[in-house]
Amino acid sequence: MSGARTIYDKIWDDHLVNKSEDGASLLYIDRHLIHEVTSPQAFEGLRVTNRKVRCPEKTLAVVDHNVPTTDRKNGIADEESRIQVEALAKNCKEFGIEYFNELDVRQGIVHVIGPEQGFTLPGTTIMCGDSHTSTHGAFGALAMGIGTSEVEHILATQTLIQKKAKNFRINVGGTPPKGVTAKDIILSIIGEIGTGGGTGSVIEYAGKAISDLTMEGRMTVCNMSIEGGARAGLIGPDEKTFAYMKDKPRSPKGDDFDKAIVYWNSLNTDKEAYFDREIYLDAASLPPVVTWGTSPEDVVSINGEVPDPELMDESKRQTKKNALEYMGLEPGTKIKDINLDIVFIGSCTNGRIEDLRQVAKVVEGHHVNENLNAMIVPGSGLVKEQAISEGLDKIFMAAGFEWREPGCSMCLAMNPDKLLPGQRCASTSNRNFEGRQGFRGRTHLVSPAMAAAAAIAGHFVDVREFTK
Amino acid sequence: MEKFKNFTAVAAPLKEINIDTDKIIPKQYLKTIQRTGLGKGLFSEMRYNDDGTDNKNFVLNQDKYKNSKILVTGDNFGCGSSREHAPWALLDYGIKVVISTSFADIFYGNCFKNGMLPIVLDDKEVSLLMEETERGANATLGIDLENQEITTSDGNIINFKIDNFLKHCLLNGLDDIALTLEKDKDIGNYETEIKNIRPWV
Repeated sequence: MSGARTIYDKIWDDHLVNKSEDGASLLYIDRHLIHEVTSPQAFEGLRVTNRKVRCPEKTLAVVDHNVPTTDRKNGIADEESRIQVEALAKNCKEFGIEYFNELDVRQGIVHVIGPEQGFTLPGTTIMCGDSHTSTHGAFGALAMGIGTSEVEHILATQTLIQKKAKNFRINVGGTPPKGVTAKDIILSIIGEIGTGGGTGSVIEYAGKAISDLTMEGRMTVCNMSIEGGARAGLIGPDEKTFAYMKDKPRSPKGDDFDKAIVYWNSLNTDKEAYFDREIYLDAASLPPVVTWGTSPEDVVSINGEVPDPELMDESKRQTKKNALEYMGLEPGTKIKDINLDIVFIGSCTNGRIEDLRQVAKVVEGHHVNENLNAMIVPGSGLVKEQAISEGLDKIFMAAGFEWREPGCSMCLAMNPDKLLPGQRCASTSNRNFEGRQGFRGRTHLVSPAMAAAAAIAGHFVDVREFTK
Repeated sequence: MEKFKNFTAVAAPLKEINIDTDKIIPKQYLKTIQRTGLGKGLFSEMRYNDDGTDNKNFVLNQDKYKNSKILVTGDNFGCGSSREHAPWALLDYGIKVVISTSFADIFYGNCFKNGMLPIVLDDKEVSLLMEETERGANATLGIDLENQEITTSDGNIINFKIDNFLKHCLLNGLDDIALTLEKDKDIGNYETEIKNIRPWV
């Protein structure tokens, strides 16, 4: 364990239970988050094999994917969703795991509530049966999405069998122009490296543009690491991280907090540490971006146009042609000429208080275009409370937005919030895959500010030119 | 878990790149609380017409590929979500082997937990297999995990690489959790140590 190391190397080394000769290591898992969709089969596995949960206090459960975002005091109407939610409640009770149900004010999207509760800590290993677990890497934690078999493995053993990934550093220097946000930075990165660009790697984000981001912005960046193919994204912890951690319900207190800071400070990547791959981007040159296709790598400037698949590499051509057909777009169409039916603001990518503040700034004094419906879904009950205390809810409702209850909502359409076939949506979520937001629905990924401006205009606009 | 045995079967070509987990198994099928029965939802948005009938243009609906146990696919197969429902759906349908130039990490790992074998080959080799499988009647491939070989119906042999530990688990049908529980003492020792050096965790 000598020599210069990256933050990933350090967290990895500090969590090795043991290492076998073939390179498969047993890694200790400090924190485990579960939700209703990917956990039922894991609990069933424990029951069938008569195994116990090793450390119930290291797992936290919340319901998010299936919950309706309208008033849910009268329960969940969809039978399958209700059964899945009830299964989580029952499993948590049986195995002694803390659970935030759909009426708990602390309920929300699993990746919003972890940091909010101080459950997410720098230097820890955090796993969840959800690919956007990479979000928690914003705190300098090693956070990865896992499958249900691995959920069961953690419940039974509090460890995972892992092979070490490669170190990949993405340096984003400079200061982004006004109106260019964390979302534009990460979408631009994915446009650059492709959806398979980070496969086999853990990405560390570094540079001035990254350290200048708020914790919310850093979470947006790390959240979409998986869209770049990396299971985990990491940002070294600093004063902003520590300030965010302080006085969270589950963060260390008093003496422990001071000791923790010393440790957290020691985690940052050493100067001479080795990276298998490194790339550089200049934030100052980035525009606000929009996706045009059905892969998050299909990124184009707001001032650009829909590209022509005929001009693309042969290996991509047919897939991108299919994407344009699915999206109902022609090559050469100006992005600003694309009209929208729905605007969705929320998700684990952009459902936090800072995102909502950005939206409020854009929409205050305006009204949602009469040709579309727009909804804002806070990432958690606590985000909702905070927004209300700042009066944001009044701005949203006065502007004609629907203001909903917290959950995953239209990001993945497992609940009643879905696009209808053919509907076109500007969405602050993370995936524009076919059918992701509803069968035959068409998704364009954008930042909260860009989504807000599009909601007012009825089509995409450059938020930098958007004035009252 | 069942032991992985050698077999020869029909292989279906699925040329698209970046086939994501939402395409493999759309979200409406994720509401199940079981591992089985997901085969009917496999590739459902490509596989069925709006009225629920089979889309004859989709490869698995063509007679010659009906009994496929192998898929040959474009780059970055299984990208997107961590849902293990993706390998569960493939397995429930009868697909035990997927061949591509690359796989998304989480999907790749999930396959092994279910006795499935994802095989990574280079561009040339995947193109060759695509061509072979597109010939329809000759679209059978022999899979030999022990010797890490794929045999085409023309007798071409392609070798593939695989991690030794993963191979060992597949061949012997080993249960990961049981293996780890044998190291219970090591885990306990680690927990005691951490309580002292990082008490806040």
